[in-house]
Parts: sequence; structure tokens; C-alpha cells
Amino acid sequence: MSDNPLGTTRPENLLHRILDSDIFYSFIRSPVTVVSAIVAAIFFFAAAFAPWVAPHNPFDPATLDLMDAFTPPAWEADGTPNFPLGTDDQGRDILSTIIYGSRVSLIVGFSAVLFSMVIGVGLGLLAGYLSGWVETIVMRMADVQLTIPAILVALMIDGVAHILLPIHLRDEMAIYVLILAIGISDWPRYARVTRGATLVERNKEYVSAARVIGVHPVKIMLSHVLPNVMGPVLVLATIGLALAVITEATLSFLGVGVPPTQPSLGTLIRVGNNFLFSGEWWITLFPSLALVTLVLSVNLLGDWLRDALNPKLR
Amino acid sequence: MALLEVENLRVEFPTRRGSLLALDDVSFQIEEGEVLGVVGESGAGKSLTGAAIIGLLEPPGRVTAGEIKLEDRRIDNLSYEEMRKIRGEKIGAIFQDPLTSLNPLYTIGRQLIETIRVHMDLTQEEAKGRAIDLLGEVGIPAAERRIDSYPHEFSGGMRQRVVIALALCANPRLIIADEPTTALDVSIQAQIIALIKKLCREHKTAVMLITHDMGVIAETADRVAVMYAGRIAEVGPVRRVVKQPKHPYTVGLMGAIPMVGHDVERLTQIDGAMPRLTEIPRGCSFNPRCPKVFARCREERPELMHAGRNAEAACWQFDKEGRRG
Amino acid sequence: MAERSMSKLSSEPLLEVTDLAKHFDVSKPWLARKIEGAQKQILKAVDGLEFKINQGQTFSLVGESGCGKSTVAKLVVGLHKPSRGVIKFEGRNVADAHSRADSAALRRRWQMIFQDPYASLNPRWRVRDIIAEPIRVFGLVKSRDEQIDKVGALLTQVGLSPVDGEKYPHEFSGGQRQRISIARALSSNPEFLVCDEPTSALDVSVQAQILNLMKDLQKEFGLTYLFISHNLAVVYHLSDKIGVMYLGRLCEVAAAKDLFTRPQHPYTRLLLETIPDLEMTGRERVPVAGEVPNPINPPPGCAFHPRCPFANDRCRSEAPTPTERSGHIVACHAAEEGRLPDATFQAPKQPVAS
Repeated sequence: MSDNPLGTTRPENLLHRILDSDIFYSFIRSPVTVVSAIVAAIFFFAAAFAPWVAPHNPFDPATLDLMDAFTPPAWEADGTPNFPLGTDDQGRDILSTIIYGSRVSLIVGFSAVLFSMVIGVGLGLLAGYLSGWVETIVMRMADVQLTIPAILVALMIDGVAHILLPIHLRDEMAIYVLILAIGISDWPRYARVTRGATLVERNKEYVSAARVIGVHPVKIMLSHVLPNVMGPVLVLATIGLALAVITEATLSFLGVGVPPTQPSLGTLIRVGNNFLFSGEWWITLFPSLALVTLVLSVNLLGDWLRDALNPKLR
Repeated sequence: MALLEVENLRVEFPTRRGSLLALDDVSFQIEEGEVLGVVGESGAGKSLTGAAIIGLLEPPGRVTAGEIKLEDRRIDNLSYEEMRKIRGEKIGAIFQDPLTSLNPLYTIGRQLIETIRVHMDLTQEEAKGRAIDLLGEVGIPAAERRIDSYPHEFSGGMRQRVVIALALCANPRLIIADEPTTALDVSIQAQIIALIKKLCREHKTAVMLITHDMGVIAETADRVAVMYAGRIAEVGPVRRVVKQPKHPYTVGLMGAIPMVGHDVERLTQIDGAMPRLTEIPRGCSFNPRCPKVFARCREERPELMHAGRNAEAACWQFDKEGRRG
Repeated sequence: MAERSMSKLSSEPLLEVTDLAKHFDVSKPWLARKIEGAQKQILKAVDGLEFKINQGQTFSLVGESGCGKSTVAKLVVGLHKPSRGVIKFEGRNVADAHSRADSAALRRRWQMIFQDPYASLNPRWRVRDIIAEPIRVFGLVKSRDEQIDKVGALLTQVGLSPVDGEKYPHEFSGGQRQRISIARALSSNPEFLVCDEPTSALDVSVQAQILNLMKDLQKEFGLTYLFISHNLAVVYHLSDKIGVMYLGRLCEVAAAKDLFTRPQHPYTRLLLETIPDLEMTGRERVPVAGEVPNPINPPPGCAFHPRCPFANDRCRSEAPTPTERSGHIVACHAAEEGRLPDATFQAPKQPVAS
């Protein structure tokens, strides 16, 4: 029963194979997951093609008109269909700023996840496969970092970078500093998971078979162990994306993230916050909603992926 | 009247690609005090048969047809609570891995005493006395002292003895032993087999011994049922099945076992493998691998039929009338 | 390949092992040890082993779990470094092969077959890549086409079809996976195969297929086997020579038939007693009491003495050294002093179920 009891003739075509797979089946069977996937896909698409999708370019001063400032959403008395979600203090279309903002948020999120994944998976592989003092050093480093909240680590790195960078480069480099800060703050989780999975895989006989013929340890790690530990890492990365977006938003909200000239969702919320009590609620509410929706849908996708990849829960 | 009667038992696993027939039309009896060996390769359905009898089929598997009767009372349609009562009092169970049957957080004494008191009206002291007696009976030295030990303080063989004691708590009429010796070393295996035989003799407990190891069956069982692809291929007294197997599958199986003292260059080889549940062929499920296959085997599915003295086999070569006609 | 099998007539040892030992440090971490005041704990998994395997022969190691037989397999193929002792392959000390080229030249000539067919193949690789890995590592073919041909030939050799190379391991049954494992082992044209319980995870009918295949391959290529198993009947069927292990040491080494008809060491006799009576002779077995002791704290003297009916004070204090006695190498004081009763194991004569 253990080896694929349902393994009847498998369709050859890749698309058919995907449609036929157990993972796709569990995906279709979960309406929440399908909705999250659609929502997340809309965000990714809009962010990727922002210049074409957004109705206005909010960062082109030529198109801005201060006369449009503080226009409420379209359904309010003073609203206009030209600005469906209203405008901010400088007359920028909120919907467009949200689309451009998600773009910044997602770029930072994806890059940070990729960065911490490369560091974490790399160190975790080394620690798990080589054990000994390499493992001790890597894992103790991870343990120490995990005792400090990730946001504090990110704040610290951000602060140090700000001091080191010359003033004229600060705004330009802000996004990279942010990616570095969030990326470094999150690597221990990847290292831990990778090390655990590596310890299991390392003792499997297919690794022994490669060692018997003298395959180089680095090659064994990359071609044998790595593909087999990527499952749990991908789950972590999905949830990590949501976390990274939140961390970015938090940093930007605190004012140490991206500058208002190229705002992310967090920056938009911070800027909008100033107008909350003067009645212009839409400036901060809609970016906040967008952030919550994005993070929630990515998180739900991660949850599903974790269950789908874990045969014990199936 | 047999102690346990299983009639036309059918177990199915509904899946999104249709229902898998895991057990198909399985019928057998176990008499009072008898050891019935159930032997077969992995996936043949032997463990499922045991699980169906004690009502512990893993969902979504379920009994879809047939009857299971214990002491002439149907037990396959009982509620979970009723079945749980039967599981302790009438049917005991021993599984392959002793660690899964024991709670690592409690002393073995506590587990034994609790089980005894659930099923028997005894005081704590009386139950403890019985627990010590049981441990002594299954061959645990210094039982009075060892009763306060935790499962991890025992070796594998000793743990399996504790599990046997646990199964014996309420003096069940039937014990279902699913691969009880597979996880143990050969010398320990022999000890456990001897113990099961002794208990069976002394308590008149019937045993359904599920194993893939024909050697264990030959040592222990009175009768044996050979399973293949969810059906019983052959039933008979163990000596007859081992010495003169009737079903071509059993013949092949016996020839495939290497034996000390048999100087053969090659073992008998049944080519291929048992079909997956999704690919069970039409007619007799063994027909693609059978050396004696003929036209009828590919069309019709044989039931268990008389195959000589003391022999029942599901094979068309024993259908004399059918062949003549 | 043909000329290789011709040159296998000589009977000089292909593998020779002297005083082989592997000790594992199983103590707790340093800090925990200091806090608890615990001692270092050394597990002597293998302790002073000596044996030779002649070319074209099958040497088997039998014993119960924890006796160190799998550790020996790993030592021989270089998965573990020996703590002590010498492994010689064709008269050459394996530890002397320092350079990468030297060691690759040696490694090409031995291969290993593993126990668990579900763990021994990388689930993410196609079968053709799994089988071709040794070919690529040792650079045995010049072109990709040649590699494809070779993998196809290997698959056919082990009873599968060349198109199976495109599939992934999970599409195969346990027996078929073990065939893939064997094909991978054969792909570097080795002379020596170390087989660590290759059939113990398989059903009997599949086991018969694999054992037959192994015998066929041995004949065809003149392979030498080191076979590790706990199953005495399998070992009897396959071996020329057998070593019985108990707690990291060899108790007895003898020719296969001889070991089963005239067992010398009391532990060998115990093991033979445990063979199930498939002949239905009605022989009532007397199960031997006791279990294998913890290898971290083995009993002093002869490790088997707590279970041995012939143990005396000498056995309890002094470890026996292996000595040759009527063709058997036996490590037992009682055998040496002639205190053992003669025992001939009743090997049944006629085959059943023919």
C-alpha cells in the first residue's frame, strides 16, 4: 500500500499530470485555498504590471493636480469615478498608489525571502550534513538570533546601514537596505528547518550509495540532499513572504523603511494615518485593507501547502 | 459452532478514483483454542482482515459486505463503544511494534491494572496481584519489581511480552496477533512463539496469527489461510499446506523459501509481483503469474473449493465437474 | 566483461581484513557529561575482526541486530573509517589510496547494495540518472548515447526494461527497486559487491527473485560478495563461507555446509536452534533464554557467557581468541578445552513442495 496504490497509468503530458496530481486535487477541494490563490494572483499580477494596470501614475508629478487632493472614494458625495478609492493630500489616486505600493512591498518581500532562504538553506545544509563544529557554530548563531525579535534585528541592521551610508545614497539604497535587513532577520528559521530535514536525508541509503562511489560532499548536498529538503523550505518561504511583507510594512510605518517618494503599503498607511482624524479615512484605510488581504491570502496558501505536502495529514 | 466466523467479508477504500476493493469475499472460521495462521505478502490483505475483525479499520476503509460473528453474535455492526468493550474482553490484540501498544508515560503496572479493572470487577490490590501473575506468566523475571518500570526500561523482547500480558488481561477468547515477532531478533522470536503456544494451550485461547513468515506459521499454527490480493487462496491444516500445497501460488511460495539443508542452485521463482489493488486482473487474480493457467482462469474468478482431503483452494484446476463439462 | 570472469579462477583473497575495529563515541555532549559527572561511553560496534574473502566467492556475516555486521559492511566500502585494523583489497591496503585518482580506481571496483529499497534510491531522480551516477562519477563512457545504451543494457540485465529508465522510483514495487539498486551497483563494472541485508525488506517470493538474480550475476561476472544477513536460511542458500558475529566479534567462521552440520560455538548452535521447522518434523525447540546484552557495557570475558550453558569462570573473565579447530575458526574456551558435547545439527534431507 505504501507505494502509490492509485498508480494506474499516468498521463504523460505535463499539464495533465499536474491536473491529475494529488496536490492539485487537494487544492481544488479547498475553496478557501482557491480564493486565496486568486486574490494573491491578482496582487502579483497588478504589482508586476503596475504601469499598465494602474489607472494613474501617482509618481509622475506632471499628472498630479493639487486640486484633486482629498477627493473621497467614488461612492461618496464628492467622489468621482476617475479616482475610485479617492485621492491623498497631493491628489494621487489611492488605487494607483496601492498598486504601486504592493509592487514595492512584494519586491522587498520576495527579495528578502530569497535572500534569507539562500543564507538559511545554505547554512542549514552545511550544518546538517557536516555536523560537528560547523553545526554547533551555525545553530548557536541561529539560537542567539532567535532570542531577539526579528523586527528588532531588522531595525538594528537598518540603523547601522543608515549611519554607514552617505546621506545622498540613503533614499536610493533604502530598498536594498530593507531587503538586507529583513533577509538577515529571518534566516534562522530556514536554517533550522533545512538542518532538521538534512539530518533525516543524510542517513538515507541513497546518500550512502553516493558516498560509496566517492561523490564530493558538496555535490551530494546540492544534487541529492537539497531537492529532498525543499518541500518544507517552500512552505516556510510562502509563510515567510507574508511575514516579510508585514515586517517591511512595520518598518516603513515606523519611518525607517522606504521613503515616501517610492512608497510601499507600509509607507502609505503611515502617511495616511496623519489624516485619519481629520476625516480623510480612505487614505489610510484602503492601503491597510490591501495589506491585510495580501498577507492573509499568502498565509492561507502557505497553510494549505504545508498540509498538502505533509502526507501524514492527508 | 466456531468461535469466530467470518463470512464473505468485503472491505473497500473509497478514493477519488473509485473504490478500491481491499478484501473480497473472505470467509473463514477459528475454532475454540485454535491457532489460525494467516500468511501472505505485504498488501495481500492479512492485516486488514485482522483490523476489520477488531473494528479498527483505518478510515476511509470500511466493511461493505459480509458478516463477522464472535460466539454466534454479529460484531461487525456494533457501535464504537460496544466494540471497545469486546476488544478488551473477548478479543485481545498484539501488534508488530510493542512500543505503539504501550503508553511511554505510564508504568507497565499502571497500564495493566487499568486495563484489568476496566474489564473485571476487581479492587486495586486484586488487580495488581493479577497483573503480577500475568507478567510472571509471560516470562518476565522478578515481576513484583518490574511492574513499576516504564516501557523504555524493557528490551524489545520483554516489551512484546508485556504487550502479550496486556492482551491477556481480561482472559479473551481470541487473540489477534499481527506480526508479533517480525520486529524481534531470531532468538527472541523463538521465545515469543513458544510463549504464544504455551498460553494458547493453557488458556484455550484461540489465536489469529498474521504474519508473512511461513516459518513462524509452521511452528505455531494449527491451520493456515494463505492470502493473495485480498482473497484467500488456500486453507488447510498447516502440515498439509506446507508439505502438499495445492494452490499454485502456495506451491510457488513454499519453493521460494530458502531452507537450511536444501541444496538448490536456484529457488523457485514466481515471476512478477502481486498486483496493486487498482490493477487486479479479471478472473483469478493470480492468473498472470500462474504456471498452470488455462482459459477459464482468465475469465472467471474461482471461489474456495474442495481440493483433496483437508484442502480447500481457490483454483479452477480443482473444479472437476467444470473441467469435464 | 567476459575476460574478467575468466580471470577469476585464482583463489587468492580479494578482500582481507585484519584486526578491524570501529568504536563509536556515544557519550553525551561534553557539557552535559561534566554536569552529570558521567563517563565517556564508547560503543565497540566492531572489535578485532579477521576474515578473508576469496575471489568469486560469497562470504556471509550473520548475527542478531546490534552485533555489528552492518558496521563491517560500511567499514569495507569506506562509509566508516576504521578505528583500528587493516582492510586489504587485492593485497593492497585500502588506507594507502590517498590521491583522488587512486581512491576512485579502488572505489570503482566495489559497490554496495542496501537494505531498504524505499530509501536507497533518490526519490527526485529518474531511474536512468540513478543508475548512471557511478558511470558519470568514474567517467566510464565517452558520450551521452553510450551512457543511454549502457543504462538500458543494465536494466535489461536485472530484469527490467530500458524504458523503465524514464520513470521515477515511486513507480516501482519494492522488488523492482531492489533490481534498480543492483543495476546501479553493477554500472561501474565492480568485482566486489557488499550486500547489506538486501532482501530482508522484501516478501519471500520477491526475495527468491532477487537471490536468484544475485546468483546469476555472480556466475556471469565472477562477482565476489560480502553478504550481511540475519536470515540463516538465506545465508545457507547463498554462501561459500559464513562468519557468525556476536557483539562486535566473530564467534565462528566456517565453510557454509560445515557450519550448519557441525556447529562448534555455543552461539552458533543457539542460532541454528532458532531456525523455524518448516519440515514439520515436530521437533520441539527449546528456546534459549536471555537476550543480547547492551553493547555499550558488554559482559567481561566472553561476551556470550551470560547466555552460554557451558560457561565457567574462565569464560567470565578472559575473552577467548579465535583459533582454528577442524576447519572452523572458533572463539570459545569450551571448544578449545574440549568441554563441548558434540552436536550435529539435524539438517533435513528431502526438499518439500516440489
